Amino acid sequence: MSYDRAITVFSPDGHLLQVEYSMEAVRRGSTVVGVQGKDCVVLAVEKKAIAKLQDARTIRKIVSVDERTVLAFAGLTADARVLINKVRVEAQSYRLTMEDDPSVDYIGRYLARVQQQYTQQGGVRPFGVASLLAGVAGDQSDPDKPLLYQTDPAGTHSRWKAQVVGGRNAKSLREFLEKQYHEDLTEEACVRLAIQALLEVVDSGAKTMEICVIQRGGKKVNISEAQVDAVVKEIEAEQQEEKGRGTGAAATS
Amino acid sequence: MDFAFGPEPCMAIGHDILDIGSRKAQAKRQRGALGDAMSPAPLELGMPGQFDLPNVEDPARYCRTNFASVCGTGDEHQAVKFAKGTTTLAFKFNDGIIISVDSRSTMGNYISSGTVQKIIKINPFLLGTMAGGAADCSFWERNLGMECRLYELRNGRRITVAAASKLLANVMSSYRGYGLSMGTMVTGWDETGPQLYYVDDDGTRLKGRYFSVGSGSMYAYGVLDTGYKPDLTVDEAIELGTRAIYHATHRDAASGGINNLYHMTKDGWKFIHAVDVNDLHYKYAEEKKNAMAT
Repeated sequence: MSYDRAITVFSPDGHLLQVEYSMEAVRRGSTVVGVQGKDCVVLAVEKKAIAKLQDARTIRKIVSVDERTVLAFAGLTADARVLINKVRVEAQSYRLTMEDDPSVDYIGRYLARVQQQYTQQGGVRPFGVASLLAGVAGDQSDPDKPLLYQTDPAGTHSRWKAQVVGGRNAKSLREFLEKQYHEDLTEEACVRLAIQALLEVVDSGAKTMEICVIQRGGKKVNISEAQVDAVVKEIEAEQQEEKGRGTGAAATS
Repeated sequence: MDFAFGPEPCMAIGHDILDIGSRKAQAKRQRGALGDAMSPAPLELGMPGQFDLPNVEDPARYCRTNFASVCGTGDEHQAVKFAKGTTTLAFKFNDGIIISVDSRSTMGNYISSGTVQKIIKINPFLLGTMAGGAADCSFWERNLGMECRLYELRNGRRITVAAASKLLANVMSSYRGYGLSMGTMVTGWDETGPQLYYVDDDGTRLKGRYFSVGSGSMYAYGVLDTGYKPDLTVDEAIELGTRAIYHATHRDAASGGINNLYHMTKDGWKFIHAVDVNDLHYKYAEEKKNAMAT
């Protein structure tokens, strides 16, 4: 008997197959990298090639959900659009009732709650979307510090220092980040690390990446193509040097 | 707590297309929440915030005319005269907030209690006062206490006074026209400093420096307006709060009993005193006599 037919059914070994299949859909999406620094969070997304006749400006992968919070997603774009809309409405509803900004933690929890609801009801399917949220006010002792949260189709949410969602190589990229990450990165170092991670999976060049920085206090800064280009060139130059030194050493020894 | 206004997935578990009974459930929903003679609406007893309404055409008007809680003799035609009548006041000054209330409750001409607690301690940093219908105030403020606690548990921090007062005001707004009677002040100290909000049964919500609410509020305002200064010392402020309540209880029949006074500081509220207003009467009379003699 097939256990993946209806969402409300557990398989005999305790899996919710539809949820796992939706995570597979996320893997088919484009890569998103998030890195948290001392006073910033950087989100970097892979921009898949745009058809010639398509207007690039209408494909935005990093979106604002509130004044001081942004979201980048991996997975089914249409599902993401619906989720983002729900989150935006909830953020405004929170502002109306509580007369205050929703914290990134609150938004992450709400998003996770919605995603979980769709794994436990008849007649609906889970959202094939995992998202990375960057925003402020999640830490009581330091309300201006930007934080990074992740949600997934199962409806879990958690805070991360650096995380990758989407793309076939998410696991190896996560290992890469674990090796390279250290505490209290400056904004420049964060951007660098995010781009370095993305370069492992995308073709080189600024046209394939979109980078956004949330600074202390919630200010959103989009890194321009020229700046991204400059960092990419720097990283590639370094890599060439390393390779050169490596072959040079091999030749002499 | 769900704040979303957007459409939620409306199918409950088990009510999907595989459920033979779903068409019946859908038809029931279409007949409307009030139901009809053949299938009356399901009673949802015990659910927080769910109340049975009178089975009449216009429940709001019926409640307003027969369950109203009004001042003076406006409720003479009613079989049940609700407990009400009070003076409460609160004012902000440089060292925090003083909250001072009386403790009398009247039902028509009968003094039903002289020891009502008209200040509810929502949490160590939030106080609410009660004026108007005693049951309405008591229930909805305790409900507010529950919502504040849930907020704390869900979000890991205390609720702001602005948000707490907004929650109460929204509830009042949704029951507007149903004859609730409540005039309350929500006060506290949160990360933005001391805050004082007036919330009322028609959904009014005002932020302010000082308010007095209740049948004796006019008398209290007289004393408050005369003696208020933002730079009062703590003792002077306590004296002002006490005096204002005393004068209100002296002239208003529906106020009296004991003056309960609290002081809101940045470390939370502090209980100051519970003094019988009769004792205050003789104390002030004595002071006046001594003042005149010198």
